[in-house]
Amino acid sequence: MAELSLKNHVEKKASAINLRRKPRWGETIIQSLLFFSGFFSIFVTLGIVYELGKEALLFFQMPEVSILESLTTTKWQPHTGNFGIWPLVNSTLMTTVIAMLIAIPLGIAVAVYLSEYAKPRVRNILKPILEVLAGIPTIVYGYFALTFMTPLLREIFGKDVVQIYNTASAGLVMGILILPLISSMTEDALSAVPRSLREAAYGMGATKMEVALQVVLPAALSGVAAAVIVGISRAIGETMIVAVAAGAGPNFTFSPFVGAETITGHIVRISGGDLSYDSIDYNSIFALGLLLFFITLALNIISQTVVRRFREVYE
Amino acid sequence: MKEKMVVQGFADNVDARNRKAMIWHVLFQASTIVGIIALIALMLNIINGAFGYVAYEARVDPDTLAVDGTSIEDQSKEQLVSLLQATLSRGAYNTLDKAKSFADRSREEVYQLVVERIVKPQVVQVWNLWQSLTQADAIRATVAQDHPEAELEFVSWLNADFVRRPQTSESLTAGVRTAILGSLWTILFTILLAFPIGVGAAIYLEEYASDNWLNRIIQTNINNLAGVPSIIYGILGLAIFVRTLEPLTSGEVFGLVDPSTANGRTVLSAGLTLGLLVLPIIIINAQEAIRAVPRSLRNASFGVGATKWQTVWSHVLPTALPGILTGTILAVSRAIGETAPLVVVGASTAISFDPNSPFSKFTTLPIQIYQWTSRPQDEFRSLAAAAILVLLVLLLSLNASAILIRNRFSRRM
Repeated sequence: MAELSLKNHVEKKASAINLRRKPRWGETIIQSLLFFSGFFSIFVTLGIVYELGKEALLFFQMPEVSILESLTTTKWQPHTGNFGIWPLVNSTLMTTVIAMLIAIPLGIAVAVYLSEYAKPRVRNILKPILEVLAGIPTIVYGYFALTFMTPLLREIFGKDVVQIYNTASAGLVMGILILPLISSMTEDALSAVPRSLREAAYGMGATKMEVALQVVLPAALSGVAAAVIVGISRAIGETMIVAVAAGAGPNFTFSPFVGAETITGHIVRISGGDLSYDSIDYNSIFALGLLLFFITLALNIISQTVVRRFREVYE
Repeated sequence: MKEKMVVQGFADNVDARNRKAMIWHVLFQASTIVGIIALIALMLNIINGAFGYVAYEARVDPDTLAVDGTSIEDQSKEQLVSLLQATLSRGAYNTLDKAKSFADRSREEVYQLVVERIVKPQVVQVWNLWQSLTQADAIRATVAQDHPEAELEFVSWLNADFVRRPQTSESLTAGVRTAILGSLWTILFTILLAFPIGVGAAIYLEEYASDNWLNRIIQTNINNLAGVPSIIYGILGLAIFVRTLEPLTSGEVFGLVDPSTANGRTVLSAGLTLGLLVLPIIIINAQEAIRAVPRSLRNASFGVGATKWQTVWSHVLPTALPGILTGTILAVSRAIGETAPLVVVGASTAISFDPNSPFSKFTTLPIQIYQWTSRPQDEFRSLAAAAILVLLVLLLSLNASAILIRNRFSRRM
């Protein structure tokens, strides 16, 4: 039977060329494997949201913890049942602000210099050097903060003012870490601005600085803003520098010369020892992780939206 | 402003504007120089820490251990073993013998043990390279006065022994072999997970995916994942690989470990965690490489009747391969330097034996640096500096190989 139908089929085919697509199982299998690879990243995101959400929920269901209390009190001491989130958030913001005070102006200035001022030969030397800065592991920056920046700050401001662990040192070094990130993204945005705009400005008699600051930079503003937001997101999530140099122990303070633990620093210290499952410490790092995840996700989405919505499109 | 310019004439204003332009030019240049100075300071600071004088005191004077006038440095292995047997308690000796029998140990290893267990040199003080070069006389005077028993020596903390020796708690005999091997084992599983899935995803998105909502979500999601802080991946790895998949990641399902002592904090968990971390980076880099393959190549292949996969496999991928490999190497060097996720996943710090299977406990180079940096004693800072140099050399050679691959293959195209 089967043979007969096959024969029929072949004969039929020979009589009229069949242009319909034949099913190719190999191709289909490969395509579904590739689709699975592409879809895998969705699982990662879902995994993050599910696992962090689940354990964070357990954390907030614990009798010692209440959301209202953790948003309104300023003491984070797990062993006494105090879970005020502000000391951790406050020091995270402090290191971030200090880092951005360094990274934003320097990063944009470096980008303007490389894209508008530097000769190609100089640019080809300087750019790889800055890329090296971006490729150094963050733990090395942590070492740098503790053994170079902190002694330097203590030398300048006095040993009784600056503690061995402080947020200023961590923030400053974090600024150096984020500088190349902002400068390379800004430079990309600046070099996307068409030549004709610059030439028109020069034609009107503008100086180089006027072209750079009043024509090119505004034209690339969306790209620069995106770079800054990505930089902030990176600073908030940065871990090893603060874990090494910013101090151990949550501390609600506005002085940059005093040790204070950030969200990431706290997670690292708590999980450094052997953490037993389902303890309050274990669940608390998931709650903090979830907070961190949503902050950085929001910043990244804002940055992408800024680029899409406010980009000046030139022909 | 504008009116004033017209009234006063064009030329009056030009000087002021030029001066302003000059000032900004200098400012921009200075910012760039600040960046470079930061890099130089970082490097010098590490080198400064990795070399210098160290003063140490021996718990037992090595001269008293000499037999018939031969100092322990020249004694044979048998003499050293009997010395250990005579000095150490029976329990301690048996533990050592059980860890690795003395018959199997080389003379060098036994000598190491004698130094570690009997002579026990203790660091009194260390000086960094700058101090050692500029105040050598003062250092010698201080040591002679404060620690007459101590021996002063100029050491390079980074040396061949440092790379070869396993980790110990004694600063003078500590090494990074355990950590280097741990890093390599971890990276192996990172690549095994992230490379196939990453390249597969990139092929799907560039060659197969049509522009619909699902594929747009996948693309946006990958871009967002690339911006998630690394420590979040550590927490994810702790929940999924270490805890939920513990039977698998501890080797329990393969019958290698006793279920009661099974622990998911293994090389495998760490590697997979880092694999998730670098996956978006590999996908984005591979996408760029695939996108750079000219359309005409695909059309020519379709023109002679090749199927989609035949086209991708024999034309697109070979052309894009150098780009994909370069991107992967860069992602791997990111993974090698990662510390935070591994601390959360639970790298052990006090292990002195080499990892030898996917289910071994492990420590990695950055973790070792973190541990040494966080210790208050100066000698551990010096060890950290030496370990940083090892890490940087490792990363540098990886990046150099990426550049080599790019140059070599792009010439052929």
